Formats: sequence, structure tokens, C-alpha cells
Amino acid sequence: MGKIVLENVQKHFGTVKVISNVSLTVEDGSFVVFVGPSGCGKSTLLRLIAGLEDATGGRILIDGADVTDLPPTKRGLSMVFQSYALYPHMSVRGNIGFGLKMAGMPKDEIRKKVDAAAATLNLTPYLDRKPRMLSGGQRQRVAIGRAIVREPKGFLFDEPLSNLDAALRVNMRIEIARLQRSLGTTAIYVTHDQVEAMTMADKIVVLNAGSVEQVGSPLELYDRPANLFVAGFIGSPKMNLIGGATAEPYQAATIGIRPEHLIVSRDGGGWAGTISVAEHLGSDTFLYVEVPGVGLVTARTPGEVSFHAGERVMLQPDPARLHRFDKQGQAIRG
Amino acid sequence: MARAISPQKKWTFTILAWVVALILFFPILWTILTAFKTEGDAILFPPAFLPPHWTLENFVTVQTRSDYFKHFFNSMVISIGSSLIGLVIAVPAAWSMAFAPAKRTKDILMWMLSTKMMPAVGVLVPIYLIFKNLGLLDTLTGLTGIMTLINLPIMVWMLYTYFREIPVDILEASRMDGAVLWKEIVYVLLPMAIPGIASTMLLNIILAWNEAFWTLNLSAANAAPLTAFIASYSSPEGLFWAKLSAASTLAIAPILVIGWFSQKQLVRGMTFGAVK
Amino acid sequence: MAATVNTRKLARAMLTPAVVILFIWMIVPLLLTIWYSFQNYNLLSPENTGFAGFMNYKYFLTDPAFFQAFWNTLTITLSVLVITVVGGILLGLLLDQFIYGQGIVRILVISPFFIMPTVAALVWKNMLMDPNYGIFAWIATRLGFAPVAWLENYPLFSIILIVAWQWLPFATLILLTAMQSLDEEQKEAAGMDGANFASLFVYITLPHLARAITVVILIETIFLLSVFAEILVTTGGGPGYASTNIAYLIYHQALLDYDVGGASAGGVVAVILANIVAIFLVRLVGKNLEA
Repeated sequence: MGKIVLENVQKHFGTVKVISNVSLTVEDGSFVVFVGPSGCGKSTLLRLIAGLEDATGGRILIDGADVTDLPPTKRGLSMVFQSYALYPHMSVRGNIGFGLKMAGMPKDEIRKKVDAAAATLNLTPYLDRKPRMLSGGQRQRVAIGRAIVREPKGFLFDEPLSNLDAALRVNMRIEIARLQRSLGTTAIYVTHDQVEAMTMADKIVVLNAGSVEQVGSPLELYDRPANLFVAGFIGSPKMNLIGGATAEPYQAATIGIRPEHLIVSRDGGGWAGTISVAEHLGSDTFLYVEVPGVGLVTARTPGEVSFHAGERVMLQPDPARLHRFDKQGQAIRG
Repeated sequence: MARAISPQKKWTFTILAWVVALILFFPILWTILTAFKTEGDAILFPPAFLPPHWTLENFVTVQTRSDYFKHFFNSMVISIGSSLIGLVIAVPAAWSMAFAPAKRTKDILMWMLSTKMMPAVGVLVPIYLIFKNLGLLDTLTGLTGIMTLINLPIMVWMLYTYFREIPVDILEASRMDGAVLWKEIVYVLLPMAIPGIASTMLLNIILAWNEAFWTLNLSAANAAPLTAFIASYSSPEGLFWAKLSAASTLAIAPILVIGWFSQKQLVRGMTFGAVK
Repeated sequence: MAATVNTRKLARAMLTPAVVILFIWMIVPLLLTIWYSFQNYNLLSPENTGFAGFMNYKYFLTDPAFFQAFWNTLTITLSVLVITVVGGILLGLLLDQFIYGQGIVRILVISPFFIMPTVAALVWKNMLMDPNYGIFAWIATRLGFAPVAWLENYPLFSIILIVAWQWLPFATLILLTAMQSLDEEQKEAAGMDGANFASLFVYITLPHLARAITVVILIETIFLLSVFAEILVTTGGGPGYASTNIAYLIYHQALLDYDVGGASAGGVVAVILANIVAIFLVRLVGKNLEA
């Protein structure tokens, strides 16, 4: 239970269109990530689904029921906030159980459910503490506990990991994904971090300036970006986008080639350039190559290679992995 | 502070600060000391700093002569009553301005404040006549009502500044948790705002306790609070400073003690968000 | 944050009681005052009633007492504002230093703020300013001067002194709190840049205090424009009208002369004057409290 459908949803703040005509289906049990640069409207879209904002136009359906005009209390969704938004005056137990208390559940039943949720999230020893006595990661868990204990139709996550340090972020990322799979509850997750999007999502929705640029599985977006924006946004390091004379032979306004799809050699074919910076990460080597007439091109070679700044190298694009875009920035297929 | 302060500097500032503080406090100290003197000792010249003969007689006289406890009771009813009623009206208003601001919110807030600017004398006559017609003159109900009205703008403003410091995320979280509005306010907002509400209430009690325009003009024997009780000692005939001091001490003591204990909170609240 | 329609509806409903109550409180007495101000209405001469036109205004505004009261009101308000703000800044700077027993000093300093005006006025009038037995008289004789009858000879100054004593603590503590919220690192950085105490104060502390000073001025003005109890208890507005402010003048007319019409005209004038001040202040505050 938990299919969420958006039909032509719009949101204006005064004369500013924050969301223009978004239509989207989130299948029951799936993990959907809204990703995009800051200010693209992804958080607003999430808040529209939550009911914390009113849609200016369009409809929002949850399991077929129109909830567009319902307050958040009646939508049956739960949300994890970027700031965690824990109730500072309540213990961890009080925080997790608050939603159940509001629903009028008997006390001993609340206790049982909270205990179970706490056990899943390794929070049992902290149940009587106040949020201010917890670490960032523990607070995050409490926020998640508060969301899962109510067995909602769907989880909404608003950049939940952005306040954690890098190591913890990776752990929590895995934990959230695993938890969602095991519960089988629909989840919508907002992030600006495309790595989070790629690793967690069943389906990614790329948003830009209030509209959906592309919807698809992580690999679809990686392999077949629908336009320049998605091509540039998904993948790290970013795809090389080259226009002008270099693109002409391919009958395109712009061509794109991912750094990992360039074959680097000292004397092979392709574009000739000079390495301006070489980053040796051990597992990979990133080369930033200045190619005359093309610009700065990023190339990624697996493992440790003995290229160094100042050297001349040849870059050969893998023709099967080359992306072509027309003047409007749309991908040219076939 | 990392910088070391020389002991000489420390002592200079300490002595200076204590001298200024004692000068400011002196009138109060003097009043309290005089309250324990006999009438004769009170007007000694040169003055005797400490009472040469300690006595409690003045307090007894004040109680029997002008029934301190009745006025004390009136002051309590008016100041606490008006604060509670004020809170009931001001909390929802402040919630609405802090968490659901509309375009006009700022204007409404400023307008509320400007009603405080309206001089009481400007409306004394009609209020007096209305009170007379409604039989509210010299009643606790009337005075409590007036006190609620005159302090309402300040209460709304103070609560508003406190509420604005509460992250709206937390209130939204409670909505996602299924809390309807009154539950959101009772279970989430109010517990988080307790320090703010307490200092708002305290300031209001102090202002109402000390308010001396309406209480003097709208009360007589029956509902007179301590401000009016004290004013009855202003008649010029004869010198009875010891009794005056005893009455004054009794009138200010409750608020002074409350004020001492809550001054930190209170001052923070009175900055009205001007100090972050 | 933008609220939803649901929330906004609720918000309006919750704001309404406060707004309606304050609106009635403001408008009904005001309209009545305006009405009375055009009537012949003196409780001492009940037979003389009816429409008075602008007679009450003419009478009130041409009364020399009005001008005196007007200037007295301004003098009291401005003097006390200057004394408390300047004094408050100096005292705040002093208390912001390291001081042994700072907690007690704070408590001593704020105490006058908690004293009801009638008590303050009585204590100052009798025990401090009395020319025969008061402390000031004793100090004067110790220093070799003749004792001064403060309230008879310098009535307005005496009242300003009393009121300033009541409000100095408020200003001091608000400004002190603001000073303490000043980032220590900012001060240290300025110190590293070679700023001495004076330039530190002018360029760092004072701008930081702007908002707090605004609040002090606003709150104090609200109360200072209508100083009443202090005058009632000490000088009774005298000698003559030397220490009568507008508030006291109207009170005198209404409740001592029973001239309801005249007092109402005075009330309307007072409201108009206060509104002029309010417009300035609200602008000032609106600007300064935003951001």
C-alpha cells in the first residue's frame, strides 16, 4: 500500500513558479530519489506531497485517493527532516512514540512498538535520553525510528544525511536502503548528492528549475541521459561535454563522453593534449587534459598509471559510449 | 577570553561597579532599613544608617491601619489574573504570526504595539464613564480586564519573538506525526516555549503589579491594589516615614524577590529579539 | 516557510481574538473621547449641555498650561531617554568587565526597575529629597552647602531624576545583554588590527548595540510619554504648572475639575501627539528589528 501519483502538480510562490507541471508515478514499495541542484524545487515537491505546502494546481493521489486538499495529518505519510526536527523536550521514547500517541494507541502497545523500532535501529540503550544528549548519527536514527514506527504508506526523506560527516553518511545510506527494502514501504528521498541518488534509488527523478528532466533507473540515466542537464548532473567526475567543430563530425551540436570512456595512451589515436593535473587516487587516476580546440577534458583510468602533469597524451573516445545532443540539448538517439 | 586581565584592573572595575550599584540600590535599601526604625529614629538628622532600635511595630501598624493583606490580595488577583487571561489570548496570536506569517503580519504586530502608544489619559474619560455605567468601577474584574488589555500587545510581541526561535521543522514534524493544531500547540510548542512563556508571564505580572495610572483612577476602597494603598501614604500631614517605609517595603517586596530570581530570563525576553 | 491553506485559515482564526479585542479597546474609547470633546459636559454644571463645537479644543489649546505641559512632556521624555541610554551604555560597559560579585551587582542594579512608581516617588520625595531630614539635605550640609528644596525649586528636574532612576536599570541590562552577545572573536580580531578601546567601541560595539538601543527607546517612550504616578505623588504638577505633563493636565481637568468635555479635547490632542511620535518610532523599529 503506498502508490503515490502526481498529476500536473504546480506550485507558485507569488509570481515565481517553483514547480511547473510535474507528473509522476511512484510505485508501491519503490525507492524514488528526487535529485537536482539546490533551488530546483525538489524539497518543495516533497513538501507538497507531505501536505506541508499547498499545490497551486494539479492533483496528488495516494493509493488512488485524492489528497491534494488534505492536511498532512490525514495523508498517512511520515517524514524525516534534514534538521531531524526531534522534539527536544521529549525522550527518545517519547519522540518515537509521539505519532502513535497522537493516533490514540493504547500505552502498552506504543511501548511494544517503540521497543521494536528501537531494537531495529540500535537505539535501545538510549530510549530514556533527550535528543540533545545524542550524537548526530543517533539523532538521525531517532528521526528514522519516528518515521517507521507508524507504519506509514510512505516515507519522505528531505536530505536526511546532509548534516552527517562523510563516513557516517555512507553507513546511514546503506542502512536506510536496507531498512526500506525490508519494510517494503514506498520511499521518496530528496538529495542534491547524485552519489546518494545512484546508490539508493530504484528510480531517480532528476529535477531542474521546477521541472522533471528525466525519470529512470540509475543505470538508464547513466547510460542514456535524455538531455545535457542530466548528462552533466549524473556521474562523477562529470561527463565531458564538447561543442563546436569537434562535435560536427558526429552530426551533433554537442557531444558528451564520460571520463571513464576515454582511452588514454601515449601514441594511440584521438585527441592530442597536455596533462595539466593528474590526481592519483590509487583505485583510479583522474587526468585533466588540456586539448587544443576542445578544452579541458577529464579522463579516468582504472588503477595506478604512470602519467604525470606536463606529459602529452592521446585521448580516444569509445564510439559506443559517445552521447550526442542537438541544439536544444536533447539527446539524439540511434 | 584569552587575554589576561591585570588584578589592578579587576579591582578598579569591581570597586567602581559596586559603588554605582550601591548608589542605584540605596533608595531601596534605605526604605527597607527605615521600615525597621521608630518614627523618631527615622527622621534623625544626621540620619542614622542602621536602625538604632529595631522594631516591627511599623508593619503591624500598616496592616491594622490600611489592611495591607487586602491590597496585596487585590494586586495578586489583578496581576496574575491578567497575565493568565493575556496568555490565553496572546499564545494563539503569537503562534499564528510566528508560524503562519502573512503579508500583513508585520503591520498587525506594529499596529498592536502602536495601541500601547496611545496615551491612557486620552481615553480615561470614556473608560471611566463606561466603567461607571457597567458597575465596574472599583472592581477586581474591571481592573483585571484593563490590565489584560494594556499589556496584551507586549505579551504578543514577546511571545512572538520567542516562538520565532523555535524551528518550524519541529512543528511540521508533529503535523506529519498526526498532531492536529491544538495538540501541536499543547504537546510540542508550549513545552518548548516554557522559558519564553514564563518570562512573558513574569514581565506581565511585574508591569501589572506596578501599573499606577488605571489602578489609581479606577479603584477606590474595594479593589485598590498596592499602588493605591501606597498612594494613600502620600498625604503631606505629619511625618511618618517609618510607616511609609514599612508600607513601601511590603508593597515592593514580592515583586522584588520574584524579579531577583528571574532577572536573567526577564532581561533576555525584554530585548524583544533585538539580541540574538 | 509558506503555510498551507489549512494552516492559514487556522492562523487567522487564532489571531482574530487578539486583534478584535485590541481594536475595540482602541476604537471605542477613542470615538467616545472624540464625541465628548465636542460636547459641553461638566459634571459641576449639569445644566450646561449640548454641542460645543471646537470650544473645548480652543479652550484647551489656548490654555497656557497646555504649552507648559506639552514642553514638560517632551522634556521629561527626552531627558530620561538621553540619561538612561547614555548612562545605560556606560554602566553596561562597566558591568561587561570582569567584576567580583557580578551576580549581586546585577541584582542591585536592576532592582529599581521592579519598584512601583508610587513607592519610588514617595521614597524619593520624603526620604531623599526632603530639605529638612532627607539624605540629599544631609549630603549638602556635609559638603557645606545649604540644603535644597528639590521638589519646590526644581520640580521638573526632580521628576526627571526619579523617573530616570526607575528606567536606568532597564536600559543598562538590555544593553549589557546586547554587549555580551557581541562575538568575542570579533573584538579580538579588531584588537589584533590595532583598535584601541575607543575605536573598538565606536566601530564594533555601538553598531552592534543599534537594535538594542532601538528597543530601549521604544519601550521607554511608551511609558515616559504618560508618566503619571510620579507627578501625582510628588509635586501634584506644581508649583503652578511647572511639573505638569499632558497626562497629568488631562487627569486634573477630568477628575479634579470635572470638565469631561475639556479633558476629552485634551485626550484627543494627546492621542494625536502620541501618534505622531508613534509613526516615527514604529518606522524606526520596523527598520531596525528586521533583518
